[in-house]
Amino acid sequence: MDIKDLVTRAEQLAETSGQSLSTISRKILNDGKGLTRLKDGGQVTLKTYENAMGALKKLEAEADVNASLNLTHLQRLEAEAIHIMREVAAECENPVMLYSVGKDSSVMLHLAEKAFYPSRPPFPLMHVDTMWKFSEMITFRNRRAKEVGMDLIVHINPEGKADNVGPFSHGSAVHTDIMKTQGLKQALDKHRFDAAFGGARRDEEKSRAKERIFSFRNENHRWDAKNQRPELWNIYNTRVQKGQSMRVFPLSNWTELDIWQYIYKEKIQIPSLYLSKKRPVVERDGVLILVDDDRLPLNPGETPMEKMVRFRTLGCYPLTGAVESEATTLPEVIQEMLLTTTSERQGRVIDSDAGASMEQKKAEGYF
Amino acid sequence: MSHLDSLIAEDIIAYLDAQENKSFLRFITCGSVDDGKSTLIGRLLYDSKLIYEDQLAAIEKDSKKSGTQGDKVDLALLVDGLAAEREQGITIDVAYRFFSTDKRKFIVADTPGHEQYTRNMATGASTADAAILLIDCRHGVQVQTRRHAFIASLLGIKHVVCAINKMDLVDFDQKVFNDIEYDFRDFAKDLGFNDITCIPMSALDGDNVTRASERANWYRGPHLLKYLEDVDVDSADLERPFRLPVQWVNRPNLDFRGFSGTIASGIINVGDEVMVVPSGKRSKVKSIVTYDGELDRAREDMAITLTLKDEIDISRGDIICRTDSPCEQADQFQAHILWMTEKELFPGRQYLIKTANKTVPASITNIKYRVDVNDLSETAVKTLGLNEIGVCTINTGAPIAFDPYQDNRKTGNFIIIDRASNETVGVGMLDFALRRAKNVHWQDLDVSKQIRAAQKNQKPVMLWFTGLSGSGKSTIANLVEKRLLDLGRHTYTLDGDNVRHGLNNDLGFTKADRIENIRRIAEVGKLMVDAGLITLTSFISPYSAERLMARELQDDGEFIEIYVNTPLEVAEQRDVKGLYAKARAGLIKNFTGIDSEYQEPENPEITINTVHMSADEAAEQIVAYLTENGYLEGTS
Ligand SMILES: Nc1nc2c(ncn2[C@@H]2O[C@H](COP(=O)(O)OP(=O)(O)OP(=O)(O)O)[C@@H](O)[C@H]2O)c(=O)[nH]1
Ligand SMILES: [Mg+2]
Repeated sequence: MDIKDLVTRAEQLAETSGQSLSTISRKILNDGKGLTRLKDGGQVTLKTYENAMGALKKLEAEADVNASLNLTHLQRLEAEAIHIMREVAAECENPVMLYSVGKDSSVMLHLAEKAFYPSRPPFPLMHVDTMWKFSEMITFRNRRAKEVGMDLIVHINPEGKADNVGPFSHGSAVHTDIMKTQGLKQALDKHRFDAAFGGARRDEEKSRAKERIFSFRNENHRWDAKNQRPELWNIYNTRVQKGQSMRVFPLSNWTELDIWQYIYKEKIQIPSLYLSKKRPVVERDGVLILVDDDRLPLNPGETPMEKMVRFRTLGCYPLTGAVESEATTLPEVIQEMLLTTTSERQGRVIDSDAGASMEQKKAEGYF
Repeated sequence: MSHLDSLIAEDIIAYLDAQENKSFLRFITCGSVDDGKSTLIGRLLYDSKLIYEDQLAAIEKDSKKSGTQGDKVDLALLVDGLAAEREQGITIDVAYRFFSTDKRKFIVADTPGHEQYTRNMATGASTADAAILLIDCRHGVQVQTRRHAFIASLLGIKHVVCAINKMDLVDFDQKVFNDIEYDFRDFAKDLGFNDITCIPMSALDGDNVTRASERANWYRGPHLLKYLEDVDVDSADLERPFRLPVQWVNRPNLDFRGFSGTIASGIINVGDEVMVVPSGKRSKVKSIVTYDGELDRAREDMAITLTLKDEIDISRGDIICRTDSPCEQADQFQAHILWMTEKELFPGRQYLIKTANKTVPASITNIKYRVDVNDLSETAVKTLGLNEIGVCTINTGAPIAFDPYQDNRKTGNFIIIDRASNETVGVGMLDFALRRAKNVHWQDLDVSKQIRAAQKNQKPVMLWFTGLSGSGKSTIANLVEKRLLDLGRHTYTLDGDNVRHGLNNDLGFTKADRIENIRRIAEVGKLMVDAGLITLTSFISPYSAERLMARELQDDGEFIEIYVNTPLEVAEQRDVKGLYAKARAGLIKNFTGIDSEYQEPENPEITINTVHMSADEAAEQIVAYLTENGYLEGTS
């Protein structure tokens, strides 16, 4: 009778299987405190010992099988997102995937390929182009859509384009409203989409943390934060009347770290803007802005500096701050992200004005 | 900083590996208004160093503007993210936040305490494995505490922390703690929780949140974070029966037909024998397809695509099971329902219910009782109002595959959708089937008379009232219809008033016209029966031949002739409408009984003798006949 061996093996099993020692104790000795007692020098009859050892061996074998079937946190998130996408494909008449070319969109696109494999995702991609995106984003977008074999709809607000709306001439708020928010609403109305996937995460911002995965929008694309539909389990109410729609967020429960880790693990393509490189930038109100093309008006005496910079989020280049960084590989980026003390949206000029700004924008139809 | 964190700088790859192998827990905070739920989450995030500098700066600014703690940082603002919440200092909707420790990753849902927003609390609770129920130690167990505990238990949460909060305000008095613990355990003893852990706490100051409290040195148990790291949720017991609710049929081309879905429970291997519910068709698993390659086996929570050896008809809404333990199917259930909208639930009204993968029309046929959240007592009620919980019988328009919620949280649940507004108006948990759907192989779900009738929980039938003018046909027919309506049945009455003025306004009272009149009524009635309705017709219909024609138009058992037998003398004596007098005076021609004959029915299913019986008794007799002969039960 080797009681010490029994205890050690039980402890090992607890460690590898994630069960508590008392659970194992209950399973093999019919007594949650039994193992602790043995550890403290307690004794058992030979018969009890043999039964316990037999039960432990069974548990060990079971744990071996289960270990091969263990789901990691990322695998769970992946399965959840796939479930959400399939639900939309099955229930909604005319869905679309909003593709903003950023890292979250890249993950979303990858998940869509997985969800419907071997079929192609049964919906098009749509990009609302503000005409001020980083030029690399546009090249990247066109290439990826072709590789994946999905239709790509690009929408530019025609009135905004005609009026030459831009962040410098009209200010960031007007530019974002006309080219992004109004542009998006136009595009959704034009194609009569009843569901649009977006890559937003709940950890991004405090009003997003409150939003449902299937987020209802009325005829005017408004989000009514105080009156959201209950959303229990993974049963999603996808029903809308004509003109109303759903914004669907399959990445709701992902954190920024999850996204980066998943990109790394799955080798997902992302624009190289996320990795550091010497790039020409100017400093405006403490924010580093990339000189992406010659539309960026330089102040008198201002000359672009070459700096090692990368971006934590991608949007309109004049509205997206770069961070100085030496991180030229993905793990280095993740490392920096984990060591940093500011949140990712800080680089985005648009959020930092009023406290409720994102909520207001969403009420007005912003994604 | 925890020890893993030092790995970030030293060996980022090793750190990422460690992240991947962390276990995972979803939990909620709940409890009555202002008991400190949001503050607690704020404190957890703050103490686990998960607040970025810019976020903290924003909170500090907001605390001055709308905080409830004077100059101190109001940690609740970290979670109360909506403008209205900050203005009112309350939580309105559930916030999802994420944090992790060396051991575990957590998703926490901070739910609102206000009764008005109970449905948002239920939203958060439905995906949680553990609940932290907060109690303000100055107020003890409140109605809302009980309601939340009950809802948590109803939704299947097994692990509960009772966080007795604001202990700083009572000097960490152990007696206060003990009294509340006693009360709560007494209330919760029948709620089916696996374990209840009571912790004295100050969410505001951080006592027993992420570190043991010195001020509560009499308390020996774990602090909250330790509990959360250690609680053994055993969420995936892979030995449970295999269930794959088919979500989407994957058909990229003619050679591939796969069934995609997320495995609700159990394990499946290539080669396993499977059965499809409700069709009952069987086959074997040919392959388990994923983007990352084919698998030999797959487990609960994986989103996969199965292909089968045989070409069998499977669609969204079906559940693929292993033949060793298939799930049940039925179209009548008992269920617990939580009602979530101001418009009350009325039995008999048609809703849509959506299960894991299927949407079907359904009605709540009966509310057995409402559960009083205060003492869990049962009260008979006619309706359920906002936030009320009842045990009901429901009837679905088509059979659905299911498991009792107790056995499976993913195949025993449903939401209730209002057909007009599309709102989610309630949610339910199936207890058991009241009657199994009889025909297991019923696949032909084209809308048919049977399906329409099953949806109405009745057998369609034509009740053909015949008898002299003034015999009481319409009076009795109306009473029968009212009674059926009270029983939640679906009816329509065709009578002289609604037929003669429209459909038949081209017909007079000659023999030919009378025959044509009856023919049209019989045909229209047949359509109504086909629509699934109990159809009442009330016409003199004096000729046997026409009544026979009407009978022959209907399917077997769908025609009930009711002879309202009132002798001519009696009818004439009553002469409610003064018609007999006019006929006798020659003012009306072809009046049945006077100058046109009435052929008495020879074998009517029901004869009513109005001389000996009141109209009410007559109606009772007819409804009793329908009940006894099974017309008021669903078909399937
Ligand atoms: N003294 C003291 N005050 C606390 C404690 N926890 C919370 N409070 C205060 O209690 C009030 C309500 O706190 P919240 O966290 O908003 O309560 P809640 O439970 O989230 O409220 P609802 O979500 O609206 O139901 C705030 O003023 C908090 O600062 C505590 O441990 N001690
Ligand atoms: Mg709160």
